[in-house]
Amino acid sequence: MNARFLRDGYVTDALAQIGAAGLFFFTILGAVPKSLRHFRETVRQIWFVGAMSLVIIMTCGLFVGMVLALQLYHTLSIFGGTAALGTVVALSLFRELGPVVTALLFAGRAGTSITAEIGLMRATDQLAAMEMMAVDPVAYVVAPRFLAGVIAMPILACVFNALGIFGGHLVGVTWLGVDNGTFWGNMTANVEVWADVINGVWKSLAFGAVVTLIAVFQGYTTPPTSEGVAYATTRTVVFSSIVVLALDFVLTAFLM
Amino acid sequence: MSRSAEPLVRVRGLSTRLGDKVIFDGLDLDIPRGSITAVMGPSGTGKTTLLKHITGQMRPDAGEVWVDGSNVPTLGRDALFALRERIGYLFQNSALLTDFDVFENVAFPLRQHARLPEELVRNIVLTKLQAVGLRGAARLMPSELSGGMARRVALARAIVFDPMLILYDEPFVGLDPIALNQVLKLIRTLNQTLGITSILVAHELSAVRRVADRVHLLANGKIVAAGAPDELARGESDWTKQFFGGEADGPVPFHYPAGDYAHDLGFDGSAA
Amino acid sequence: MTQRRSYAVGTGLFILLGFAALAYLATQTTSVANYRQGDSYTVKARFGNVGQLKLRAPVKIAGVRIGSVSSVQLEPDKLDALVTLSIDKRYHDIPDDSSAVIFTSGLLGDQYVGIQPGGSPEMLKDGDELVLTQSALQLEDLIGKFLVNGSGDASKKPAANAQDHKPAGGS
Ligand SMILES: Nc1ncnc2c1ncn2[C@@H]1O[C@H](COP(=O)(O)OP(=O)(O)OP(=O)(O)O)[C@@H](O)[C@H]1O
Ligand SMILES: [Mg+2]
Repeated sequence: MNARFLRDGYVTDALAQIGAAGLFFFTILGAVPKSLRHFRETVRQIWFVGAMSLVIIMTCGLFVGMVLALQLYHTLSIFGGTAALGTVVALSLFRELGPVVTALLFAGRAGTSITAEIGLMRATDQLAAMEMMAVDPVAYVVAPRFLAGVIAMPILACVFNALGIFGGHLVGVTWLGVDNGTFWGNMTANVEVWADVINGVWKSLAFGAVVTLIAVFQGYTTPPTSEGVAYATTRTVVFSSIVVLALDFVLTAFLM
Repeated sequence: MSRSAEPLVRVRGLSTRLGDKVIFDGLDLDIPRGSITAVMGPSGTGKTTLLKHITGQMRPDAGEVWVDGSNVPTLGRDALFALRERIGYLFQNSALLTDFDVFENVAFPLRQHARLPEELVRNIVLTKLQAVGLRGAARLMPSELSGGMARRVALARAIVFDPMLILYDEPFVGLDPIALNQVLKLIRTLNQTLGITSILVAHELSAVRRVADRVHLLANGKIVAAGAPDELARGESDWTKQFFGGEADGPVPFHYPAGDYAHDLGFDGSAA
Repeated sequence: MTQRRSYAVGTGLFILLGFAALAYLATQTTSVANYRQGDSYTVKARFGNVGQLKLRAPVKIAGVRIGSVSSVQLEPDKLDALVTLSIDKRYHDIPDDSSAVIFTSGLLGDQYVGIQPGGSPEMLKDGDELVLTQSALQLEDLIGKFLVNGSGDASKKPAANAQDHKPAGGS
C-alpha cells in the first residue's frame, strides 16, 4: 500500500485528491436540501463542531491579542506611534489573524474529530448500514457536518476577535499604559465595519467551507482500517493548514 | 398469481473478481417467495459478497441479479433506495449507529422513511425489541452492549419495517442457546405470519436445519449443492460430505490459496 | 428527546454568542461614522495632484467624517485627477461653491479630502462638481519652500501658489 503510494507519485495523487474533493463538494451541495429535512442533526453538529470549540478559540484569541499588543507596542514605540496600537491590533485581528488562526485551530479541534468520526463510521460499516436502510449518508452524515462547519467558523472567528481585542486592551492599556481613550478612539476612527469586520467574516466563511470539506472528504474516503483513519486525520490537519494559508493569500490579494 | 410463483430473487451468470481473486464464476441462484433459504459455505467464499450483490452494495462484473422484478445492477440510485426500503439487512458486524441508543437505532429506519406519530414509533420499536428480548435495554448505548446483544439489536432494526425480504449475515454468531432459540423462533414467525422471505448466511448446521427450507452450498464461485437441509446433510456428493463432515481435505480447500508450505517456512533448502 | 432539546438550546446560545460578538466588533471597534450607511450621493472634484489619496479615504467637514472617496481616475484629455466623493445623504446642506482640499492627517498620516463650506444659497446635488479645489500638499515642495522663506507660513498656503519657488540652497 505504502510502496504503491510512493510509486504513483505525490503529484498525481494530490491532483486526484483535489479533483475528487471538488466533485464531493458538489455531491454535498446536491444533498443539502435533503439534509435540511433532518435539520436537527445539523443543529446537533453545530453544537459539537462549534460550541465545543469555544474554549480553545477563546483562550487562543485572548493570548493572540495580548501577544499582538505586546509586539506591536514595541514596534510602534520606535516611531512614536503607540497611539495607533488599538488600530493595528484590531486590523491585524479582523483582517488576518482572526480568520486564519481560527481556521487552523478549527482544523485541529473540530476537523480532526469530524474526519475520525466519519472514518470510524466507514470502518464499522455504519455508512453502509445507512445505505442499506435507504438513507443517503452524504445527506445524513456529511452535509450536516459541512453546514455546521460553515456556520460555526464565522461565529468562532468573531468570538476570537472579540477576545483578541480584549487581550490587546488588557496588555496595551492596563499593562503598558496606553491611554484608554486613545486606544479606542484611534481604533474606532480607522476600523471600518464593511471593509474590515465584515470582510473578515467572509474570509472565515470561505475557510469554514474549505476546512470542513477537507475534513468530511478525508473521513468519507478513508480506508476502513485504524491505520487508514489515523492517516486521514493527519491529512485533514496538513491539507487544511496549507489550503487555508494559500487561500488567505489569494483572498487578501484579490478581494481586499 | 403468476407473479408470486416466480422467485423473489433470481441470480443468473453472476461473475465477480475482487483483486486477483475470482469470487463468483457464473453463479445461478433462485430464492422462492416466502421461503427461508440458507447459504452456507467455507469462510471467504463470498457469502457476504453475494448478499452485497443482491442489495446493490456491490456491482458484479457480469450477470443479472433480479430482485422482485428489477435487475439490481442496472438500477439508478433512487430506484435502488426505493427497493432497499423493502429489504432488511443484518450486517455481519451489526453496524449499529454509535451516536444513538438502542431505541433510536431501531427507530432510525422508521423516522427516516415514515412520518409516524411518536406513540406509534414507540410501540413498534418496543415490540421489536421485546421480540429479541432487549426491551429493557432500550436506553443503552451501543458501546454498552455485548456482541450478542448488539446482534439482536441489529436484528430488531432489520425487521422494524416488516420488509418483503430480509438478509441475515450470520445471525447466530455470539448468541447463547436461549437467545439462539428465540432468534430462530423469530425468523420462523416472521416468515410464517408475514410471509417474509429470508436469506440466511450461517455456519451452524444444527441451527440452519431447524429453520431453513433450503440450503445452498457455495464454493469455488458456484452453488455446488442445493436441497433441503437434511437431504443435503445426508448428501452423497464430495462437497457436502466434506463440508458437513468438517474435513480439511476434499474439493473445498480449507486454506486460502498459497504457495508451498515447506517453501514458505524455508524447509526445502532454497532459503538456507 | 430532552437530550435533543438541550443541544438545540446550546446551539441557539452559541449562535447568539456569535451575533453578540459580531455586534460588539461592529459597534465598539468602529465608529458609527464609518458605516457605509445606505444612501449616499456622489460629487466630483478635479485636482492637479492627488498625492497619496487612496480609495475609501475619508471625506470630512470641520474634521467630521461625512463620506469617503469612491474612485480616483485620470482624466485623459485634461491630464488631471478626477476624484469621486460619496457623501452621506444626511449631509445634504453643503453649499455648491464649497471647495475641496486634500489634507494630510498628522505629519506622516493618510490623506483625506476636506471640504470647506462656501456661502452660496444653492446646495450640492448628486453628480455636481466642486470647482474650487486645492491639490495635495507635497512634502518635498514644503521643505523646499521652508528652506527658501525660512518661515512656517508655507504650511498655511500650500502648493497652489508656488510662483516664488526658487532652487533650494539659494538662501
Ligand atoms: N474489498 C476487497 N478486495 C479484495 N478482496 C476482497 C474484498 N472484500 C472481500 N474480498 C475477498 O472476497 C472473498 C469473499 O469475501 P466474503 O466477505 O464475501 O466472504 P464470506 O463468505 O462472507 O466469509 P465469512 O464466512 O468468513 O464471512 C474473500 O476471500 C476476501 O478475501
Ligand atoms: Mg461474511
